[in-house]
Amino acid sequence: MAEILSLQEAVARLVRPGQTVAMEGFTHLIPFAAAHEVIRQGITDLTLVRMTPDVIYDQLIGMGAARKLVFSWGGNPGVGSLHRFRDAVENGWPRPLELDEHSHAGMANRYVAGASRLPFAVLRGYRGSDLPTRSATISTVRCPFTGEELAAVAAVNPDVTVIHAQRADRAGNVQLWGLVGIQKEAALAADRVLVTVEEIVDTLDPRPGAVVLPAWAVHAVAVAPGGSHPSYTAGYSVRDNDFYQAWDPISRDRETFLAWMRTHVLEAA
Amino acid sequence: MNWTPDDLMTVNAARALAGAGTCFVGIGLPSAAANLARRTIAPDLVLIYESGTLGSKPTTLPLSIGDGELADTADAVISVPEIFNYWLQAGRIDVGFLGAAQVDRYANINTTVIDRGPDRPEGRLPGAGGAPEIAASCGKVLMVLRHSRRNFVEKLDFVTTVGHGSGPGDRARLGLPGAGPVTVITDLGVLRADPETAELVLTEVHPGVEVEQVVEATGWKLRTAATVGVTAPPTTEELTALRDLRRV
Repeated sequence: MAEILSLQEAVARLVRPGQTVAMEGFTHLIPFAAAHEVIRQGITDLTLVRMTPDVIYDQLIGMGAARKLVFSWGGNPGVGSLHRFRDAVENGWPRPLELDEHSHAGMANRYVAGASRLPFAVLRGYRGSDLPTRSATISTVRCPFTGEELAAVAAVNPDVTVIHAQRADRAGNVQLWGLVGIQKEAALAADRVLVTVEEIVDTLDPRPGAVVLPAWAVHAVAVAPGGSHPSYTAGYSVRDNDFYQAWDPISRDRETFLAWMRTHVLEAA
Repeated sequence: MNWTPDDLMTVNAARALAGAGTCFVGIGLPSAAANLARRTIAPDLVLIYESGTLGSKPTTLPLSIGDGELADTADAVISVPEIFNYWLQAGRIDVGFLGAAQVDRYANINTTVIDRGPDRPEGRLPGAGGAPEIAASCGKVLMVLRHSRRNFVEKLDFVTTVGHGSGPGDRARLGLPGAGPVTVITDLGVLRADPETAELVLTEVHPGVEVEQVVEATGWKLRTAATVGVTAPPTTEELTALRDLRRV
């Protein structure tokens, strides 16, 4: 059953060094505030899972929080490279980063299998691609009914999934809407679920197209207004595209990056 | 009106969408072209973004595939597993529109790593994203990228996404349902996959571009059509619509 906690306490209780952590949100509702709290608490050796690592994992990787990344597209959307991700992969700075790399369809199905508590998912994917040669979590399986050979991808079951949502009620029921991405599957695939929200309200008015995660499927809710910035929260904020562009020069240089993180994350509790 | 090589590329990429009903849109150059098509040659074109939008109608070009306007203007907003499983894999989408870092003569794509030589680590690219399954399952695939020997290579450093594999018949052997890449639009001209050989052949150059220039900018011995055409210059309507889209 969900407990309503401060962000600091929620991260301290749920996220531990060495664990597998998914912070999801497909462009929308990316839980930046929670990631910054993970960095401030010095939680490290994480296996980070996320379809689109985005600036949020560029920051975690650049601060040395991750030993492994499981992903399907690692760029700064519409801008270019994630420079901290590249520096870790190419030069091992600030530490080497192991990769498990998929396509979006593969990753989406890995979460579906995880949420369903199945060992793997099937899809028509990866045919002819070199991707299976670099991943131990991509294989093939023969359909017992038609004999067709299909791609099989291992389920992903994070220790903790962290997502951001518009709001929760006082019991800890969570409501999110707009681009809902992979968040429901990522939450249900995990052992523990931490949700940051813009606000806590008395009643969750029904919203067309909204996803509701009942309180009994969530472990901790923390209020973090603006907690998705520079991503956005439909109904509360718009994507800060200027920031995504500004991140390119900030993240290119190690010292500039570290100075930015000191000012805007480490010393900004 | 004046135009740039990038304008020629985007205008011709938009024209390639004539007659398409539904288009799975990659971000960047493909998104610019697909949105221009909706404002010119294909007003009813249904734009589908991998963030989970069916029928987006943005008024300006989105920076990312998940900008709020794509969802706000969509006919339906759905989850990511749904878009890949129920819509793409199920074969409901006519055209996939992709960019690429490296492409070879059979329109295979690398967006994963670049080999920088024995003493240097591989250069890291963003990775696959939706491309492998978009190229597999859409009815056909269009590609748009800038033309250079760095991008049009003899041999890919890594095959992220299969176009026509190692030649004719390979898609059928691999069980890839769609027709694969049929047209590649660049800032120099238009290449089309030869139905017999599956190899990309230069069929048109843009106004002011020489065939020799395109051959020179291609990392393999580029075949050219018996008669290489010249694409029609951009119209005032096309350029006005493009500039309108790019305004912030």
